[in-house]
Amino acid sequence: MAARRPGERSLLVPLLLPTWAMIGVFMVLPVGVMALYSFLTREFRGGVDWTFSLSAYDQFFFDRGLFGDEAPRLQWAYISIFWRSIWQAVIATVLCLLVGFPTAWFIATRPARSRGVWLFLITVPYWVNLLIRTVSLRFLLRDTGPLNQGLMSLGLVDAPLPVVNTNLAVQLGLFYSYLPFMVLPIYAAVERYNFALSEAAADLYASRWTTLREIVLPLVKPGIVAGCLLVFVPSLGAFLAPDLLGGAKTFMIGSLIDEQIKGSQGNWPFGAAVAVILMTLVLIALVAYARSVTRERSA
Amino acid sequence: MKRLLGAVALSALASAAQAQEELKVYIFFEYIPQELVEKFEAETGIDVTVDTFDSNEAMLAALKAGRLGEYDVAVPGDYMVEILRNQGLADTFTPEELPNFGNIDPQWIDVPFDPGRTSSIPYQWGLTAFAVNRDVYQGPIDSLSIIFDPPEELSGRINVLDSQGEVLALASMYLGIPQCTQDRDQLRALNDMLQEARQHWASFGSDTSKEVLVSGDAAAGMIYNGFATKARDEGANIEYAFPKEGSVIWMDNVVLLRDAPNRDNALRFMNFLLDPENAGAVTSYAAYQAGVLGAEEFTDPAIRDSPENNPPESVNLGDFVMACDETTQATYDAIWTNLKQ
Repeated sequence: MAARRPGERSLLVPLLLPTWAMIGVFMVLPVGVMALYSFLTREFRGGVDWTFSLSAYDQFFFDRGLFGDEAPRLQWAYISIFWRSIWQAVIATVLCLLVGFPTAWFIATRPARSRGVWLFLITVPYWVNLLIRTVSLRFLLRDTGPLNQGLMSLGLVDAPLPVVNTNLAVQLGLFYSYLPFMVLPIYAAVERYNFALSEAAADLYASRWTTLREIVLPLVKPGIVAGCLLVFVPSLGAFLAPDLLGGAKTFMIGSLIDEQIKGSQGNWPFGAAVAVILMTLVLIALVAYARSVTRERSA
Repeated sequence: MKRLLGAVALSALASAAQAQEELKVYIFFEYIPQELVEKFEAETGIDVTVDTFDSNEAMLAALKAGRLGEYDVAVPGDYMVEILRNQGLADTFTPEELPNFGNIDPQWIDVPFDPGRTSSIPYQWGLTAFAVNRDVYQGPIDSLSIIFDPPEELSGRINVLDSQGEVLALASMYLGIPQCTQDRDQLRALNDMLQEARQHWASFGSDTSKEVLVSGDAAAGMIYNGFATKARDEGANIEYAFPKEGSVIWMDNVVLLRDAPNRDNALRFMNFLLDPENAGAVTSYAAYQAGVLGAEEFTDPAIRDSPENNPPESVNLGDFVMACDETTQATYDAIWTNLKQ
């Protein structure tokens, strides 16, 4: 390592200060406030009372019946809300990957001149507000919308396909909302891929499938993982698509939290606790993944 | 020296601005016509600032987070008036302080959320029940069973307001049990009935309640009466119902806030709004009903005479949504979670 010039160390602290301030103000503080509130006592109709309480977590994990005086059982209501949200996010991620990977591959294999145009086209719809795009999708999918009217006028179906207010509509909405978050990181990874490697594999009689599995996928894996994370995590907390496309018939994690903070019930500690539990789950999954990657590398 | 003079001039300006009479109003967005504010300013010389909120809860949160003492009057919904009063956020006045107090429609004086009207006056009121697409269903629609135990034609095509207060209040009226009941059998019955009813529902949505009726996504839906008028104007062949079990009555009210910096101006403003001509102007803009005697004369006839705004003479109007006590509210929350689980 090069020797440090005198004075470099004394510069280190002031130069790092902006970074620390950013992390402190924009990450540690808000998350800290959230974690703190989840351990406070609920004030009826919004706000908190500054005394320590675990009742928010108790409410999440234990079911004490309609009147709160039965023997505690495991609370399935919130677990099923989590399960449903995770499942929706998984499906949205898989859909994004199935469409996003070929798209990214296509763009990355275009001549350098036209790549910019393709990338530009991918981002164009995202200049429009998410709410508007979600409502527009509802217009397209509804019984009287162009999708169903088109299918009916082609004689493919007799009655409108019930798409709006179903889980399928939610998954389509999430897929549509987050697709570029899958395409762009995979594109970045594929663009760096050296296509001479594919030729070398072919020279050694590797089938196309083997080349993809053994050579391409391991090399672009970081892009795929980044894309999956960028789609999965926001899908988990989404509530526009479930509300507008799914008909808000069932709570998702996002709408459950929203109702606690903004609704008339105003149970802030419970809303904060749900958010903390969600964050913990995501964190555990990420750490487990990171560890498995490290183990793979050292093996 | 020049700078010093400048500072003196500035402070003189500042104190002149302080001498200017002021009023700060906190109200739902797009709920008061700008011309009316200007009329009040012209009549009184008071400088009015209007700030807006988008939900009762947001207003309460802002007041509790330290905005109390900044605003003179706020315009929240009925149950929120009760909450403001119970939490000591509202001031009181006597009828003598409002010369136009006698213009308040007598049926809105002894309201459950402010009996005798000591902190608030009516601003706008309306009803919440449901509307039915007459192309789809031609039968009678005089009962809440249309929503909670619907006929076959409507099953699976119903939109319900995404609001615990209204849904549980209407469900209680349908079952004939009091709101915020503490009777466990009644609460269980409420829970069971809603579990049955949800199977007939297509969606929950409040902001979208008009649009789903216009587009035909829903063939029947819970809706506010004024919203149903707009849906009809936009071409939906719907009829708004006045169910025999009752509707939810809602009313937004002008509340005199505690620690109002300009209490006298606030009272002048409230008195101004109780003038039938001004109440009519608000109604023509907001499209509900005023609760002020004589306002009809100054209201846009299209709004005044709409079928949605004119319940049949003998009909049971229903009740305001009650703010439950903490124990009952916990059960209500559990029922609501069960419903949307």
